[in-house]
Amino acid sequence: MAETNRVIMHEKDMSKVKSNSKVGGVFGKIFTYVFLSIMALIILFPFYWMIISSLKTLEEYRLSVPTFWPKVVMFGNYAEAFTAGNLGRLFINTVLVGVVSTILSLVITVISAFAFARLEFKGKNILFAGLLATMMIPGELFTITNYGTVTNLGWMNTYTVLIVPFLVSVFYIYLLRQNFLQIPNELYLAAKVDGTSDLKYLWKVMIPLALPTLISITILKMAGAWNSYIWPRLVANDEAHRLITNGLRNAFTETTGDVNYPIQMAAVALVSAPLFIVFVFLRKYIMKGVSRSGIKG
Amino acid sequence: MVDSKNSWKAWLYLAPALVLLLVFTVWPIVNTLRMAFLEDYSGLMEKGGAVFNFGIGNFLKVIQYQRFLNCLKTTALLCVLTVPVSTVLALLISVALNSIKGLQKVLQTIFFLPYVTNSIAIGMVFAAMFNIVGSFLGSENELIVTAGIINNVIEFFGGSHVNWINVGSTYAANIFVMVVYIVWKALPFKILILLGGLQSINKQYYDAAKVDGTSKSRILTRITVPLLSPMIAYVVITSFINGFKEYTSIVGIFGENMGPADDKGRLNTMVGFIYDALSSNNQGRASAAALILFAIILVVTLINLQVSKKRVHY
Repeated sequence: MAETNRVIMHEKDMSKVKSNSKVGGVFGKIFTYVFLSIMALIILFPFYWMIISSLKTLEEYRLSVPTFWPKVVMFGNYAEAFTAGNLGRLFINTVLVGVVSTILSLVITVISAFAFARLEFKGKNILFAGLLATMMIPGELFTITNYGTVTNLGWMNTYTVLIVPFLVSVFYIYLLRQNFLQIPNELYLAAKVDGTSDLKYLWKVMIPLALPTLISITILKMAGAWNSYIWPRLVANDEAHRLITNGLRNAFTETTGDVNYPIQMAAVALVSAPLFIVFVFLRKYIMKGVSRSGIKG
Repeated sequence: MVDSKNSWKAWLYLAPALVLLLVFTVWPIVNTLRMAFLEDYSGLMEKGGAVFNFGIGNFLKVIQYQRFLNCLKTTALLCVLTVPVSTVLALLISVALNSIKGLQKVLQTIFFLPYVTNSIAIGMVFAAMFNIVGSFLGSENELIVTAGIINNVIEFFGGSHVNWINVGSTYAANIFVMVVYIVWKALPFKILILLGGLQSINKQYYDAAKVDGTSKSRILTRITVPLLSPMIAYVVITSFINGFKEYTSIVGIFGENMGPADDKGRLNTMVGFIYDALSSNNQGRASAAALILFAIILVVTLINLQVSKKRVHY
């Protein structure tokens, strides 16, 4: 109570201090808003340009005085881009790989994190520290050998090669373990006394409590499938298994010179759209997940 | 303590993860070291029964390659140019965002948008914006018209158009385009972290400064930046690490050519070099280059940590 009063008193005092510097404050506010608006426009401009370019006719796009709104809105560009880039197949491939690898990865991450957080065994801490140490190594170093490994296994140009090598992420195990550790051990012991099995306890208690982390992992994993480029290009660059980013780059190889930009921009917009739709709905989880994940990909 | 009979159970739970890690993480570490120290190692030739001598030849060859040195130069240049620019910009935007109430959520969302994009896809948009050749009338007498919006804007303000990324463009112009794109792409993550840090700073510091009548710029340099320094150190370190692994942004803008059509590979990076060596079956050289990249990242990170130890106030 006294604490609250003090805060209120403090706020009152501070409002007096603030009012003294009001004149400078107005200019400061205007300057702040102008600065932020300009920066926001710069950030948004490529998206705007992508969308209006994708709706123009080629002739209009090539005008030396650019138009900022298409004279004739060409929705047909999207249909053309969809077929020209064979995007349907690419979408299906990417969603398939994304969903399967996310589900498998979640299962592996949950049971591994459970073992590290709740079970006791010899060498646990050393093993965990060793795993964390591998996080420092750049992924390119693994790719060199993995490329040979998957060739020897006969996995080239299959879905397996796009899914299996990246199922385990030490970082996700670490993230989830930290989350599991916050759940009091007494709950686990009580469940043991009641004769609840580990899996049931995991499913009923730990997974619900760690749901935000699991959602973050899901989003990062799906975005990974959507954005991965280097590995799919190396190991599954055939028509049947190609993923979206790679397919986009393959279908529209030219970036400079006399390119049919409206069609290309329509394809780019189609590829970018799903990410934005997911972002609109899961903004909170995505931003939380990203701020914890640090380095992407 | 839970009974120790659980030991076998723990290993059972960990089995899938450990098996996959052994194959796709641990073995590659060992194998990379092996391949790097076998002279001119090639996976294809090893299958054919070739035997390789132990030595540091791969490393010597890699660092003597002009191509490798070019990759190193481009990568380092992009890092040195983009990290300070994006960090300072992100800091200014975060401080501005933190000081307003209205529209804060909306603006925060807008500033996050570049993060939820595909580097290749949006790279293609930037390529369109910086492109120069818009139309040619007939095949014989090509008429070059500036159609890229960036050049349109420059000409609107009375400047003359610049050849940013097309045939005949300069290295400096290429680098400029890459810096703009990488900074644009890097801002969201930095703003997210820095704004999070700003919001957790105790308000009393600012109140005290206000009572003392401290100027805005002094508050920024004497209170905000020092209290935010752990976050600043974090974003600088992560962006250096990411910067040295730059590759897909360049593919986004220049395509697999990694440079303008008349000078392919001009903007190739360290990671690009590793993949080129890998696709030409030079695993020994690729491994050596990967270890050099790892060493560089490690050294840069250690330097960063050393500097921040002196400057960061925890």
